[in-house]
Amino acid sequence: MPRRDDIESILIIGSGPIVIGQACEFDYSGTQACRVLRAEGYRVILANSNPATIMTDPEVADATYVEPLDAAVLARIIERERPDAVLPTLGGQTGLNLAMELVADGVLEANGVELIGADATAIATAEDRQLFKQAMIEIGLDVPRSGIARDMDTAREAMRRVGLPVIVRPAYILGGRGAGIAATAEEFESVAAFGLEASPISEILIEESIVGWKEFELEVMRDRADNCVVVCSIENLDPMGVHTGDSITVAPTQTLSDPEYQRMRNAAFAVLRRVGVETGGSNVQFAVDPATGRQVVIEMNPRVSRSSALASKATGFPIAKIAARLAVGYTLDEIPNDITEVTPASFEPTLDYVVTKIPRWAFEKFQAASTELGTSMQSVGEVMAIGRTFCESLQKGLRSLEQGRLGLNADPAETAYDRLGDAELMAAAAVPTPERIFQLEALLRRGEPVEAVHAATGVDRWFLDQIARICTERKALEAAEPTAMNRAGWRRAKRLGFSDAQLAYLWDTSPSDVRAARESAGVLPTFKTVDTCAAEFEATTPYHYSTYEDTDEIRPATKPRVLIFGSGPNRIGQGIEFDYCCVHAGQALRAAGYETVMVNCNPETVSTDYDTNDRLYFEPLTPEDVANVIAAEDPVGVIVSLGGQTPLALAGQLPPELVLGTPPASIEAAEDREHWNALCTRLGIPQPPGGAATSHAEALAVADRVGYPVLVRPSYVLGGRAMAIVYDEDQLAAAIDELTDLGSLGREGGPASERPVLVDRFLEDATEVDVDAVRDRTGEVQIGAVMEHVEEAGVHSGDSACTIPPTTLSDEVVAAICEHTRRIAAALDVTGLLNVQFAVRRDPGSPLGMATRWGGSGVDDVFVIEANPRASRTVPFVAKATGVPLAMVAARVMVGSTLAELRDEGMLPAAPAGLPQVSDYVAVKEVVLPFNRFPDADAVLGPEMRSTGEVMALDATPGLAFVKAQLAAGTRLPAEGTVFMSMADRDKEAGLRAARIFHRLGFRLAATAGTAQFLHRGGVPVAVEVAKLGDYEGRHAVDLIEAGEIQLVINSPRGRGPRADGAHIRSAAGRAGLPLVTTGAAALAAAYGLRDLHGLHPTVRSLQEYHRSLRGAA
Amino acid sequence: MTAPEPTPALLVLCDGEVFEGEAMGAPGVEVASGEVVFNTVMSGYQEVISDPSYAGQITTFTYPHIGNYGTNDADSEAARPHCRGVIVRDLARRHSNWRATGSLDDFLRRHGIGGITGIDTRRLTRHIRDAGAMPGAFGTADEATLLAAARAEPGTSGVDLVGEVTTAEPYLSGSGPRRVVAYDLGIKSTILSCLGELATVTVVPAHTPADEVLARRPDGVFLSNGPGDPELAGPAIEALRGLVGTVPVFGICLGHQLLALALGGRTFKMRFGHHGGNVPVRCTASGRIEITSQNHNFAVEAGSVPGVTETHVCLNDSALEGLSVDGADAFGVQYHPEAGPGPHDARHHFAAFAEMMDRRRATA
Repeated sequence: MPRRDDIESILIIGSGPIVIGQACEFDYSGTQACRVLRAEGYRVILANSNPATIMTDPEVADATYVEPLDAAVLARIIERERPDAVLPTLGGQTGLNLAMELVADGVLEANGVELIGADATAIATAEDRQLFKQAMIEIGLDVPRSGIARDMDTAREAMRRVGLPVIVRPAYILGGRGAGIAATAEEFESVAAFGLEASPISEILIEESIVGWKEFELEVMRDRADNCVVVCSIENLDPMGVHTGDSITVAPTQTLSDPEYQRMRNAAFAVLRRVGVETGGSNVQFAVDPATGRQVVIEMNPRVSRSSALASKATGFPIAKIAARLAVGYTLDEIPNDITEVTPASFEPTLDYVVTKIPRWAFEKFQAASTELGTSMQSVGEVMAIGRTFCESLQKGLRSLEQGRLGLNADPAETAYDRLGDAELMAAAAVPTPERIFQLEALLRRGEPVEAVHAATGVDRWFLDQIARICTERKALEAAEPTAMNRAGWRRAKRLGFSDAQLAYLWDTSPSDVRAARESAGVLPTFKTVDTCAAEFEATTPYHYSTYEDTDEIRPATKPRVLIFGSGPNRIGQGIEFDYCCVHAGQALRAAGYETVMVNCNPETVSTDYDTNDRLYFEPLTPEDVANVIAAEDPVGVIVSLGGQTPLALAGQLPPELVLGTPPASIEAAEDREHWNALCTRLGIPQPPGGAATSHAEALAVADRVGYPVLVRPSYVLGGRAMAIVYDEDQLAAAIDELTDLGSLGREGGPASERPVLVDRFLEDATEVDVDAVRDRTGEVQIGAVMEHVEEAGVHSGDSACTIPPTTLSDEVVAAICEHTRRIAAALDVTGLLNVQFAVRRDPGSPLGMATRWGGSGVDDVFVIEANPRASRTVPFVAKATGVPLAMVAARVMVGSTLAELRDEGMLPAAPAGLPQVSDYVAVKEVVLPFNRFPDADAVLGPEMRSTGEVMALDATPGLAFVKAQLAAGTRLPAEGTVFMSMADRDKEAGLRAARIFHRLGFRLAATAGTAQFLHRGGVPVAVEVAKLGDYEGRHAVDLIEAGEIQLVINSPRGRGPRADGAHIRSAAGRAGLPLVTTGAAALAAAYGLRDLHGLHPTVRSLQEYHRSLRGAA
Repeated sequence: MTAPEPTPALLVLCDGEVFEGEAMGAPGVEVASGEVVFNTVMSGYQEVISDPSYAGQITTFTYPHIGNYGTNDADSEAARPHCRGVIVRDLARRHSNWRATGSLDDFLRRHGIGGITGIDTRRLTRHIRDAGAMPGAFGTADEATLLAAARAEPGTSGVDLVGEVTTAEPYLSGSGPRRVVAYDLGIKSTILSCLGELATVTVVPAHTPADEVLARRPDGVFLSNGPGDPELAGPAIEALRGLVGTVPVFGICLGHQLLALALGGRTFKMRFGHHGGNVPVRCTASGRIEITSQNHNFAVEAGSVPGVTETHVCLNDSALEGLSVDGADAFGVQYHPEAGPGPHDARHHFAAFAEMMDRRRATA
């Protein structure tokens, strides 16, 4: 069946900011969909608030709305663009939910818009737990048994029918509170009674517990002719009970016999047909009782999902691309398989390798949070590794995580388990945590039988035996003399995935010595190809992985090759922004006649799509693995400065002549404290006083010299890991401890002379400013943008909202900042990107805010904080705000082009040389924080970055753009009601100004005593004075919040500890889903936004229109 | 955990390619030879190894981990394997599955089948893909001995392999309401269980003449899968000429090839055949796609068979995958609708056979 001609334009809903559980995989899928639909001749309209995505590049869609993903905003986009259809299945849960809202609101019907991919009934059937279960029973599929009870007698009867153990869930309780597991009849009595008591309607759901069962997932595609294929099968190493996003998963399934697998396959097709997924990709999850083989259906997603991205990367089958074409009417057999080019997409990929996905968590960022894994996903990123065996892929995956691990133990970090006795270690492994995989190896190495470890953990015996193979080999290696290793011995170790660094640890030698000995024994890596067909057909797509086999499949290149090192797993501080930069580099250099080669291990990304670059190596980003790729590819150069800290850390291992752009020595010079200080002094650019320290004593000495408060941070980390502002000696000591062996960072090596701790005077009441710029080999500098942070200095720049252009800085200050940036770029000999951070001191008595350009600060108030000659996370935001593809420009500059040449080509606007263009709109970036996943962690901002993603909003005034950015980030500021305020002293000035505006706009104010007094004195009436927690008299803030009497909470922390005063209030606000503002500056910005909202209307306008207005102005 | 030291072994192809590995399965295999083929299924190794169609062949699995879920009594396609050996990348040390009654290694030992593990099976597969399926030999012997054995190995052309695997005497199977006579050319037990649901099946030797079959008054005749060159199965081809048009006939794989030959068509040996569980086939009448299980080195030449409708085509290489005889109740498919291993998408062919028999009975 050919493509549908009855539709001409299609709206694609993206997934918005990166949050836990919904990351850049939807950029990957959405980008693919936009491209294929445009190639099919459709007009594509895209809505997504996330500027760091490739899909929101203005070339990807015909009209790109970087607007809040909110049903009302989408309705305005639909009214404006009049699409014929909405494709909701590529934007994750966000896209699906919004589509359902648009259906419920009648917007689609009113505008004659059709849902394609999945209709509303199908979505409802898949998403509603009860409807889904009923549907499964209807088609004869097994589901976990369950019963509903309203009294104990019925409950007992249901329990007997369901069979112990059971999970008891009280009805109508949000967030799973009050749920419990009962393994015995006695336990059931109390759990059920508690549940009946907890439920407001005295009703409980009693469900068969399948915790500990084996978990599987099938990725399935269906076309409108009802052809179905399984793209990929996945088996979880972690049994049921751990969210699949937090599980180590393996493709293909390992322990299902063919009749069992085929039964699952048939069931998956039946699920798609019953739910009514007419076209596209879905995943279906199953649990299997390991003792009886009983299969139950757990859930399905009628859309492209995170596992679809994994399945696409694992098999080479581009699910999203094909799902998009199926949605417009093609059938699977009409679509060619990209990789073989001769076979159609209506087939099932077959693998001749093993793929392992391992999550990466960020618990170290949320100190109070427990590391126990459960049914709510907590990981922030993941890696994927390919090997010819499970052992090889597992070890490659573990070293891809970049958490200091060299593989499955056999590294310095393994000693952490030594202090535990056997029983303690077994008990620890029985609880799923990020450490469990390493604990399993340690247990088996101690000689614990597979059976015992299986009994304690539920991990399948086959996986445990594979881990035991690694133990066996490790023991043999320990007993071996490296000099006595023969070819067979080396090959056996490498085929089980041991890294040279692990062997060096076992033999107490250096990785380079291991490498030399191995190579002299003739054992070298070979590169194989991911080809969807296990070599049955010739592959035309160069998508490779390393392994230790007989022969290699790398074809010689015809053009000069540039290697681009990617940014590895997403983590807080290093996410999609860097992948965006790498993708742009590939695009720019391919267009300039290079063959580009990507090395990366993150399956969620656009960069690991096999057609983003000319060649793809799915490999860990470690010195050994990238050296192998360099040896195989013989590139003219390597780009290390676009992927964040990961590739930069590898730069030192490379021959300097291979590093493109800014020389590694300059990158180090910027990091080296003394060098940097000397440079600033020489240039006469003021910086906050400070120094470097490698010990307590040195840190104290620096702080004494410069005076408190000081900012303490480790060098060589991104995202403000372990960064702190300290106000006295005790706090300084605690901060230093965190960086040494006691703290999380200490485990990764701690401070040393080559990686000291930096201690700087912290400028309170300063505005922070970021600049992104590019310098070419002739010395010309293009300023990308000057960004003014909304939150004051002290909040990590990655967690701060910011605006382009600056809204309160004088032209004079901005000019000084630009000039400083140029001189620093020259002094650091930058060729490529440079990010510089400044702090602009404010006079605390002066007015501040976003309303007017403010001349309170002069050129003398500008201090430089730091400079980084590499891509920063703001590059995509700058590009979207200004229309200048800064990362592309940088990539070209790094291979020798000049800015003048790029202006001639049209890549850069012919604007007044080197200055950012003047716009008639303001772009605001706002961040998204994951506190809802870590209920124990306090939701305050600080110098340690904790946001997972960002959104962007553009509008005519800073206030409107800010309010839209809040909405895009999930904070809907109220139009009326009561604002609760409780401000720290330093925030009261801003708080007062905000309160005046709230009052003028008709809001009621509630405040704690101190704040209320201050507001009264400032002439703002406070309607409700709120008692402090612990006061006997009066209602306190938590009461008011829980009673629904507050619509906006403004609470800036007074204390400096994580359990400071306002924590209960912030926590209550979080639970109640109220908008929460935690800094004075943000409170003021919110007030201005609400003020503008009263008089003006937010604009809905495409990025292309904004950019056209820019070009027009230039 | 003291695993015995692995015994080094080699695989040598008749063109001189050498692969290093370790011996597995039946111990003491110095030289075993056969035609080396590869199969791309990711599950179903027990079914493949025990499929009589692999007589004369050494089977390579492209999926690296083989033996993970052990073996059991239900999944064998015949009482014993007929293949000459098994080549894998990584034999499971320990298996894990509730259905398992033993390991794959023990299964191979019990049946005297040798194998070799640790092989770069992707290199081997690419070699066969480019150079074609070819004779080879593996074992613990030296390279020269193995090369000589590989060169002396005739492969599957011109060898009567069906004679090795067919039943000596007729026997009954299944309990369905109809009566089917099934030619055992190397019949798989999954086919027997699919047929057995429809009919009481009399399984007869490959050389049984048509009149003996018709004397059993069957509702339909089935021709099974089997090994080797279809042109060597003369008696069965001859018998078919007396059956087509008289009773409903259904052929699978080799049975389908014999049907084509009986009707005057031609068969040929493919370069490396179709061996896997993921082959897309289009039904030309409905346009529907089936993902099929396949295992054949020979195929019917498209357009060579007079008086038939070509009903199914392979989407990978346009090979002829199915035909039905014009004006007669007879059809064949090149693939394996019974699966075992592989997808069940095409099981409806058995129902179609039953319908054909019922229609015939109603009009007779």
